[in-house]
Amino acid sequence: MPRGQINVARELEYLSVLDEDGKLDEEHAPEVSDDDLKAMHRAMLLARRFDERMLNLQRQGRIGTFGPLKGQEAAQIGTVAAIGDNDWLIPSYRETAAALWRGTPMSGLLVYNAGYNEGGRIPDEQNDTPIAIPVGTQMLHAVGVAYALKYKGEDKVAMTYFGDGATSQGDFHEAMNFAAVYETPTVFVCQNNQYAISLPRAKQTQSATLAQKAVAYGVPGIQVDGNDLLGVYAAATEAVKRARDEHRPTLIECVTYRMEVHTTADDPTRYREDEEVERWAKRDPIDRIQRYLKQRDVLDDDAIEELESELKEEIETAWSQAQEAIEKYGDDPLHMFEHLFAETPPYLEEQREALAKALEAGAGKGTGQPQANGEEADDEEADEETDEEAGENGDNG
Amino acid sequence: MAKLTMVQALNLAMRQEMEKDEDVVLLGEDVGVDGGIFRVTDGLLEEFGETRVIDTPLAESAIVGSSLGMALGGLKPICEMQFSGFSYLAFHQFESHIARYRWRSQGRYGVPMVARMPYGGGVRALEHHSESREVYYAHTPGLKLVIPSGPRNARALLLSAIRDPDPVIFFEPKALYRAVREEVPDDEETLPIGESRVAREGDDITLVAYGAMLARTLQAAETLADEDGVEAEVIDLLTIQPLDDSKFSESVRKTGRCVTVHEAPRSFGPAGEIAARLMERSFLYLEAPVERVTGADIHIPYFAREQAYLPDAERIVAAARRTLDF
Repeated sequence: MPRGQINVARELEYLSVLDEDGKLDEEHAPEVSDDDLKAMHRAMLLARRFDERMLNLQRQGRIGTFGPLKGQEAAQIGTVAAIGDNDWLIPSYRETAAALWRGTPMSGLLVYNAGYNEGGRIPDEQNDTPIAIPVGTQMLHAVGVAYALKYKGEDKVAMTYFGDGATSQGDFHEAMNFAAVYETPTVFVCQNNQYAISLPRAKQTQSATLAQKAVAYGVPGIQVDGNDLLGVYAAATEAVKRARDEHRPTLIECVTYRMEVHTTADDPTRYREDEEVERWAKRDPIDRIQRYLKQRDVLDDDAIEELESELKEEIETAWSQAQEAIEKYGDDPLHMFEHLFAETPPYLEEQREALAKALEAGAGKGTGQPQANGEEADDEEADEETDEEAGENGDNG
Repeated sequence: MAKLTMVQALNLAMRQEMEKDEDVVLLGEDVGVDGGIFRVTDGLLEEFGETRVIDTPLAESAIVGSSLGMALGGLKPICEMQFSGFSYLAFHQFESHIARYRWRSQGRYGVPMVARMPYGGGVRALEHHSESREVYYAHTPGLKLVIPSGPRNARALLLSAIRDPDPVIFFEPKALYRAVREEVPDDEETLPIGESRVAREGDDITLVAYGAMLARTLQAAETLADEDGVEAEVIDLLTIQPLDDSKFSESVRKTGRCVTVHEAPRSFGPAGEIAARLMERSFLYLEAPVERVTGADIHIPYFAREQAYLPDAERIVAAARRTLDF
C-alpha cells in the first residue's frame, strides 16, 4: 500500500475530579485521608500568604525580583504531595509552594530573594535542587538524576517542574526523549499557567494541548485541571507509581493560571485584560478545596481563621530570622568567593585578598555609576530602575 | 609498560577507573557499539555493559545536562562531545549550570563529571571539526580545562579529571590521537590538574605551548639549538584553567624572553593571558616584548588551507629569532 494510515495518535486523557463548586467526581477521586487533605490545604494557604508577604516585601524594597506563584498552589501541592520525602524534586523558579512542602525554610527563601547566595542552600536532608532560572534547562537534570537512581537500584523517582513556555525549548524535547529512551523514573510536571511573560499559551504552540507532546516520545501524557487539587494529586500519584514501579516517565500538563505578575518586574496590563484574571479568580484553587472541605465538615470558617493567624505568625517569624541572617551576611561581601570549587584554588585566594584590600580602602559602593538626570536618585526610583533592568534581562517563563 | 597511542592511553584510563569505581559511567554519541568515532571508548561497552557505556540519542545539550543530573545522583559521568565544535549546543548547560552548581547550592552539590572533546586542526576534517575554542571554557568560572600533549600525560590527567570533585573539560588534541606512541605504565598514574611542566630545559628563551602545538614548539626549539645555538626552555601548560603561571614565570625570569603558541584565534586567547601574567609579575625581567604565535582571528579554513593557518615550527622559530634579536 503506497499511501495509508499509521496509527500514532493515542487518546489523551483529561482529568478533573473536583469542580469549581467543590463537587467531587467520586469515581475518579484519589484515595486521600482527611488529615492529608488538611495538610495539603494548609500548604496551599501558607504558600499563598507567603507569596503575598514576599510581594509586599519586594514593593518595600526589602527583597529583590521574584516570580509569584498565586493561582498555581494546587498544581504544585497536588504534585509534590505525591512524591515521598526521599524522592527528588528538580524545580524551576516559581515552585515556592512545592519547596515549602518539602521543608525548605521560608527564611532561606527570603534570604535568597534578598540577594544572598546563602539562602539558596537546600537543607541536607532534602533531595531537592536549587532554583533553576534558565527556562527548561533543569528537566535534563531530572533525567540524569533519575538515571542515577535507577542505576543504583534506589527506589526513588525524580519530579521536575516547568511552564508552558519551556515546552518550546529544545531542552524540553531532549529531556522527554532521553527519559523515554533510557526509561528513567522521571515525572515531568508542566504548569501551563497560560503565559510566558507576555506570550499567551495560544501563541506558544499550535498543539491543542501540551500533554500531547508526550505522544511523540512514546511517553504517557495527561492533561489535568491544574486548579483542582484532587485531580492533580490523582494524576501525579499515577505518574509517580509508573515511575517507581515501571521506571517510565510521564508528562503531566496542569492547566492553571498565573494570577499575579510574571515577576515583580512585570506589568501584565500590557498583555491581558482584567476580565480574564477575574474569570480565573473564580476558579481559584484554594477557594475550591476550601469549599469541598467545608461541605465535608473537615474544615469550617473558625478553623480557617485560626489557621490564617497561625500562618501569619510563622511567616513573620521567618522574616525576623531572615532579617537577622541578612544583617549577618551583609557584613561578608567576600563570601562571593566561596563554593566555586571543592577547594578554593590559590589564584582565587589572591583575587579575594586583592578585593578585600580594595573594599577596606572604601571600594564596593558603586561610585561612578551614572544616576538619572545627573542627580542622585532616591530609593524608590532606584528600586524601579533595578526592576526594569531585571525585566529586560529576565527570562521568559 | 606498553607503547600506546593517545587513543589507547585514554581508553586505558577509563577502563581502569571503571573497573575500580562502579559510579563511573560513559555517555555520548556512538561511544558504545562503535567505540567512539575515534575509537577512544573501544571495547568498553563489551566490558561494562550498556548501563555504563551509553549510546545516547543525538543531542549534545541532553548529553551534558543529563550528565549533570547523574552527578547530582551520585555518579561520576564521563561524557563525550563528538567534536568540540558541536559542544556549543551544550554550552548553556556548562555555563548556566555545571559551572555554577556547587556555588549555587552553597557546597551542597558538587559536579564530579568530565566532558571529553576532541579539538583542534590538522586532520583534514570538515567545517566545525577543527576548532580550538578552549577560551569559551577557560573563561567560565567554575570549570577546569585540561589539554594533554601526549599519550602518557593524557592518561594520567584523564584519571585525575575523573577523580576530581569538580567539573573538568578535557580537550583532546585529535591531531595527536595516533601521531605518536609513548611508554605508558600499566599501573595507574595521575598528574595534578593545574600544574604545567618543563618539556625542555634551556636558558635563552621561553616557549609556552600546549596540546598539539607542543610537538611543533619542541621541534622549533631543536631548530634554534641546531641553527642558532640557542637553548629554548619549553613549557607545556597541560592545564589551561587554572593556569599555572609559576613555571613559565620562573623560566622567563631566567631567560627574559617569551614566545607563546596556540592554534586558537589570537585576540583574547590564552597567549594574551600569559603575556598579562608576565607583565604583572615579571615585568622587570623581560628583555623583549612577549610574542604570540597563534591562529588568526578568522575561522579555521577548510582543510586544504589548514596547515597555512596553524602555527608551525617555522613560525615559532621566526618569532623566537625576532624576540632574541629585539
